[in-house]
Amino acid sequence: MTARAARARLRVDPIACDGRGLCAELLPELITLDDWGFPIIRAGDVPARLQADTRQTVRVCPKLALRLEGLS
Amino acid sequence: MRTADGLQHQAELASTRLPGHLPRLLPAGFVAGPASLAEHLARYGPLPSPGVNGGRREALIEEVDRAGLTGRGGAGFPTARKLAAVAAGRAPVVVANGTEGEPASSKDKVLLARSPHLVLDGAVLAAEMVGAGQIVIVAHSSVREIVDDAVAERKRGGCGQIRIKVTTAANRFVGGQASAVVHWIESGIPTPTATPPRLSERGLGAAPTLVQNVETLAHLGLIARYGASWFRSVGTPQEAGSMLVTILGAVREPCVQEIAIGTPIGAVLSLAGGPSAPLQALLLGGYFGQWVDAAAAASLPFSWAGLADLGAGVGAGLIAALPNDSCGLAETAKVARYLADESAGQCGPCVFGLAAVADQVERLADGRTSELGLLRRWLGQVDGRGACSHPDGAVRLIRSALDRFGPELEQHAQGRCCGTSSVLPVPPRRQR
Repeated sequence: MTARAARARLRVDPIACDGRGLCAELLPELITLDDWGFPIIRAGDVPARLQADTRQTVRVCPKLALRLEGLS
Repeated sequence: MRTADGLQHQAELASTRLPGHLPRLLPAGFVAGPASLAEHLARYGPLPSPGVNGGRREALIEEVDRAGLTGRGGAGFPTARKLAAVAAGRAPVVVANGTEGEPASSKDKVLLARSPHLVLDGAVLAAEMVGAGQIVIVAHSSVREIVDDAVAERKRGGCGQIRIKVTTAANRFVGGQASAVVHWIESGIPTPTATPPRLSERGLGAAPTLVQNVETLAHLGLIARYGASWFRSVGTPQEAGSMLVTILGAVREPCVQEIAIGTPIGAVLSLAGGPSAPLQALLLGGYFGQWVDAAAAASLPFSWAGLADLGAGVGAGLIAALPNDSCGLAETAKVARYLADESAGQCGPCVFGLAAVADQVERLADGRTSELGLLRRWLGQVDGRGACSHPDGAVRLIRSALDRFGPELEQHAQGRCCGTSSVLPVPPRRQR
């Protein structure tokens, strides 16, 4: 479990998400908003250089709707 | 007993086990009412019990795998894989899904109304195969009593120790989605829940849960009796067996029929008496399905592989025939609004996106100012962005309508609509 540099994917729980939009401001490299203000996550793995920022964004989501999932 | 049908009934009982004989699931010809337990056993023979021995259980799951049975609720997932996943968990539960929330589909209701014991057989077998101690049958309100009676009949007959509970399905479109069914049984709220966890790991009462469509279970009841080779004697090598189809719209006798998978679509329409008017298009699969050109589709096999080139699939086994005097755009607008209204209301892109999309489709169909580019952008923003596949299904239907009826957009923009008749049923709008 040396998870730091392992492959990881960012996901949103669309039921929990309320469209506050904080995530897109903090992590525009990976997250844009749709026309109604809900996050669209860029497809594919989170690049290693963005993993720390991504973890921070996951932590501050007011609805706790973001997850960083490790890929085996 | 209905002595008048006696001879025909006897012939049917004898022929059910012949490999290529259809129907397998429904009684042949007209037999009023549900098959009683005695009639059911006379036709199919007793249900072989997999017993408590684990090896026997695995052998049965392997037999289902060899049969190639796939889910008949619309997604077509291999049943054996689902069984194996749930069997690996502790103290699982089996849910027989007869919600059939789609207004145009009738096949699960017809199956439960006519062959309830076959579905119960399948549920009992599935429970034994995965080691479940409890079964919940979720039945559409119109057939609830029939299912209750069948369960009571079995209890009186002393067959089976597994507890069977029956509940009435939520009368909602998304209520049929597997996690929504579990949510409904548990809390009376028919909305999907987030994945993970998968239901096979944590479902009803936190137990590993097998949710199977009622038709899938009925097939299971026959595979356990007659084996994989028998099952595979109809259908195509890739998609084995038979399936129930609902045929509606501009056909002489709208009905539910059982077909060998891969039967040409034109032949399936003939089972409903053939077209009652010249047809322009067919809706295949259901309200999450695709519009296809009627002439192009007629000779194609009704199977996933046969329809792949058209970008379509069999879905939950629905074929709706659209006559020349109906408007495909207007029909799609009506269904798009219905699907938007039926959003469970949980995921932003589905709640706001589908409503916005339905507005645009209505504008297109009414010949009001609409922006096709904006509609396509929104379809892209809604696709794949819910907790369940509700938004994806709606997007699939609307995209296929834009492809199929694209040439008519121009006429609509000039205020001319081709439609005078309507074929797709939707319930009246709820108070919102």
